Amino acid sequence: MNTINLIKNPEANLAAKSNRLAPFIGGTPLYHVTNINRNEKVRIFAKLEWQQFGGSVKARPAYRIIKDAIHQGALIPGKRLLDASSGNTGIAYAHIGAALGIPVTLCLPENATNERKRILRALGVDLRLTSMTGTTDEAQEIARQLFEDDPDTYFFADQYGNESNWKAHYDTTGPEILEQSEYGVTHFIAGLGTTGTVVGTGRRLKEYDPDIRVIALQPDLPMHGLEGWKHLETALVPGIYDDTLPDEIRSIGTETAHETIKLAASREGLLLSPSSAANLAAALQLADELEEGTVVTVFPDDGSKYGEVMNHLFNKT
Amino acid sequence: MATINIPTPLRKFTDQKRNFETDRQTLSDAIDHLVATYPGVKNNLLDEEGKVRSFIKVYIEDNEVNPNENGSVELSEDTEISIVPAIAGGI
Repeated sequence: MNTINLIKNPEANLAAKSNRLAPFIGGTPLYHVTNINRNEKVRIFAKLEWQQFGGSVKARPAYRIIKDAIHQGALIPGKRLLDASSGNTGIAYAHIGAALGIPVTLCLPENATNERKRILRALGVDLRLTSMTGTTDEAQEIARQLFEDDPDTYFFADQYGNESNWKAHYDTTGPEILEQSEYGVTHFIAGLGTTGTVVGTGRRLKEYDPDIRVIALQPDLPMHGLEGWKHLETALVPGIYDDTLPDEIRSIGTETAHETIKLAASREGLLLSPSSAANLAAALQLADELEEGTVVTVFPDDGSKYGEVMNHLFNKT
Repeated sequence: MATINIPTPLRKFTDQKRNFETDRQTLSDAIDHLVATYPGVKNNLLDEEGKVRSFIKVYIEDNEVNPNENGSVELSEDTEISIVPAIAGGI
């Protein structure tokens, strides 16, 4: 009877479909960075977040946002998911949306690479390109306006203000790090974008042990090339950000991240995205400063979607 | 006067102005003019060697140009230049 009901009831069917994706979200491996770590008394680990459905760390919040919205009745068959994204969250929405039959509309600055736009179009996304000088801040404002103009058409996912974002990390990333580090993590360090990773993971780790240090990272300059990151002093601060959570905020330059892409490729066999490399660069710097400890970070995605960066770094003649 | 469109992250340093008009005749001179007028822009736009940072794109109209190799490109009265922050690692 349940099966028949699921088929006849589109909303229950959507919930059941979403549950089928659960095994492919989260549960990423914890990689031990050994070759380029200069301090043998400190261990550095990173979650390989591209190894999940949707290809990046954003699978976690995108899936949780969609799942919670379905269960709350906010995302019902016929509604379009709407949000602003500079890339990875949009791609995660697109993968999950295609699998579940949920149409997706994304506001994206037009200077996103053609590579990125092709991926989104291939997954059936309705792209609304915003001005190239406006960054994702403007894309956010336009997405909100689209929703306010037509609330019956859209479910506004609002990754920057949606509590499901940080909760995804609180319920999955945090516990995974505790378990995989055998409850030995002493420092968690990661970049601030929507801030969901730092807020959710950091909150979970601090609840386990308040002495675990949470270090947030931001670009060193307002004008930067770290995909998805926000420079807090000059960008719109996400609604879910909890500024009491990080013990410290550090800055990393785009050029440093690019040098670390080369280092990780040649020495660790990892082809990282700029934001993953920025996290790694900061983890390496932190390890240099410590007497001992276990530093954990995340690698949000790999370098496969960053053809232009890779050309720049590796095709020099 | 050529016009440089200022991206959101740099407007903090340009008194929130979205556009900068310049009477300079080449791309590199126009960028120098912008930096001289708004010194806060310099560190964001240029690296230690004074070159436009590698992850920043510059467009003349709809065409991407490399300002470090094409600085002598001549500007006309109505040339529109855009300085664009990288999205998705755009270089």
